Amino acid sequence: MTNTSFPLSNSLRSGPDDRGRFGIFGGRFVAETLMPLLLELDEAYRTAQADPEFRKELDYYLKDYVGRPSPLWFAQHLTEELGGAKVYFKREELNHTGSHKLNNVMGQILVARRMGKTRIVAETGAGQHGVATATVCALFGLKCTIYMGATDVERQKPNVFRMHLLGAEVKPVTAGAGTLKDAMNEAMRDWVANVADTYFLVGTVAGPHPYPEMVRDFQSVIGVEVKEQITQAEGRLPDVIVAAIGGGSNAMGIFHPFLDDSSVRLIGVEAAGRGLDSGKTAASISRGRPGVLHGNRTYLLQDKHGQIEEAHSISAGLDYPGIGPEHSWLNDIGRAEYVGVTDDEALEAFQVCTRTEGIIPALECAHGLAHVMKIAPAMAKDQIIVLNVSGRGDKDIFTVAHHLGVKL
Amino acid sequence: MSRIQTRFAALKKEGRGALIPYLQACDPDYDTSLQLLRAMPAAGADLIEIGVPFSDPSADGPTIQAAALRGLKAGATLGLVLEMVRAFRETDSETPIVLMGYLNPIDSYGPAEFCFDAAQAGVDGIIVVDMPTEEADLLDAHAREAGLDIITLVAPTTSNSRLFHVLREASGFVYYVSITGITGTNSASAADLEKALPRIREATDLPVAVGFGISTPEQARTASRIGDAAVVASALIKTMASTLENGQATEQTVPAVLKQLEGLAAAVRA
Repeated sequence: MTNTSFPLSNSLRSGPDDRGRFGIFGGRFVAETLMPLLLELDEAYRTAQADPEFRKELDYYLKDYVGRPSPLWFAQHLTEELGGAKVYFKREELNHTGSHKLNNVMGQILVARRMGKTRIVAETGAGQHGVATATVCALFGLKCTIYMGATDVERQKPNVFRMHLLGAEVKPVTAGAGTLKDAMNEAMRDWVANVADTYFLVGTVAGPHPYPEMVRDFQSVIGVEVKEQITQAEGRLPDVIVAAIGGGSNAMGIFHPFLDDSSVRLIGVEAAGRGLDSGKTAASISRGRPGVLHGNRTYLLQDKHGQIEEAHSISAGLDYPGIGPEHSWLNDIGRAEYVGVTDDEALEAFQVCTRTEGIIPALECAHGLAHVMKIAPAMAKDQIIVLNVSGRGDKDIFTVAHHLGVKL
Repeated sequence: MSRIQTRFAALKKEGRGALIPYLQACDPDYDTSLQLLRAMPAAGADLIEIGVPFSDPSADGPTIQAAALRGLKAGATLGLVLEMVRAFRETDSETPIVLMGYLNPIDSYGPAEFCFDAAQAGVDGIIVVDMPTEEADLLDAHAREAGLDIITLVAPTTSNSRLFHVLREASGFVYYVSITGITGTNSASAADLEKALPRIREATDLPVAVGFGISTPEQARTASRIGDAAVVASALIKTMASTLENGQATEQTVPAVLKQLEGLAAAVRA
């Protein structure tokens, strides 16, 4: 039987269903006030998708503003040092604003403009999504409010300043541990209070339907390019794709175009924090169980009574107790594997990458690299790993210096 | 007839709307909130809403967020909230009790087990803030089987056609979230309510409770007359919070809240 004879529903890429579900995960768990807006957004997104003008407009901005396509770099020195599989980097850190976040933000801002919205709210963890959002708001002259946990404001000062320069209002959130989860709550509260003119620009493949699907679609440009680039470079698909996961947008973007290519192993790397069993972790799939938060059913870090627990990671971008619902589903059906990498392992990988390739990766992708460093040596030299280097690490140098005992 | 139906029918005969005060379970501790709960009917509560503390109350303003945190700190769990209702029912078999909270604690407890245990404990209705009609099949059948009403929320953003859709199988009463926003912030004006209520009544014969942003006796009176009930939450919690010392209850805590409740009740009954 050839691939083309499969009905569409046999593809792993056909989700979500019309209730916004991937298996049991996903859905639309929001207050009634927001429900009509989600239905309106869903309709606006379908209309945009079907409109060739929308695609044309997005392609224009992706090419000339974001700077796509991003290169696929053969990391030769790192490969030699590891002594096993060939390691390639998908260089999303070279995008404008320094991460993969702008792919999604550019898509959604065009949808928001079509819907006639004049004000944008967004949540941010490391500040990468906040910076990307503030950037397009500057470009299109829209009002912009970014919610950021107070802890994250402290550890990501350069990004906070960037957002200010771009004209955004940054509101520190002191509730909870002052991280991404709390920023998400506060952004939702703002949205519900300002539904008439405000668009909630979600930064990851989580939240109520249609966000997980829409963000995935906009990020899939990463995987689509990798497929073409690796075929050109190696004449075949990679054996393994590795990406770090907080909410999971860079991972979903690189995984999705490969879901039906069963020879390609997909590995998502969660932040294990101080260790998977330390109680100080952000590994939702490895240490959580399914529940409902922020509009979707997914794996969550929670206690036995269903109260959400605080996540912990050295990386502000991974410091979230949930994960996108499609990842939860890919885990349960066994199509993707999810592993944990600790703060210390990520710090080590951060330095190795910088030293061997001259690329300072974001602490988020250093988690992915740490896993590559674990598996590559045991693989054959003709095998291929692609790592999504989803962001640059300039924003993290203060955190890294602190952990290395260096005073800047 | 359910306790909720009986109560609204009786109030209709009296020719007035209901006052529904809210308290957060275990805020600031189990004993104080049970004491308050037990005293509320005599102070003028016609129905009572009990908030189930949740770590991430994304539809609530700062006042209820803080109350939820105090409740959790005091050891609140869904099981303990049911125990509190059981204790209340020892002395009151008539005042309807409605639990208000978020889905995850219920999901974690188990939807079927929760509906059964809640009904057994003496709960009459449940409001699940983050469970719109589109996701309500998770609880609907279990609630119906247990004899619990799932109280449907409608909002200013709910269109006329959607009102018919979401209220088709509603029971108990309808909760009108009278502002687009979070609890305890803005208030709807009488004119807003005069415009909204006929829209809702077109789609349902159930009583309509008005909530979010009702704090003064005057507002409670207006809401209970244009609608069929007024829910007062943040205003009572603010009063309670102002009596706490280092987060602990004081001698003033229960009397202060009851005094405010009496003032609200007098306005609703005037």
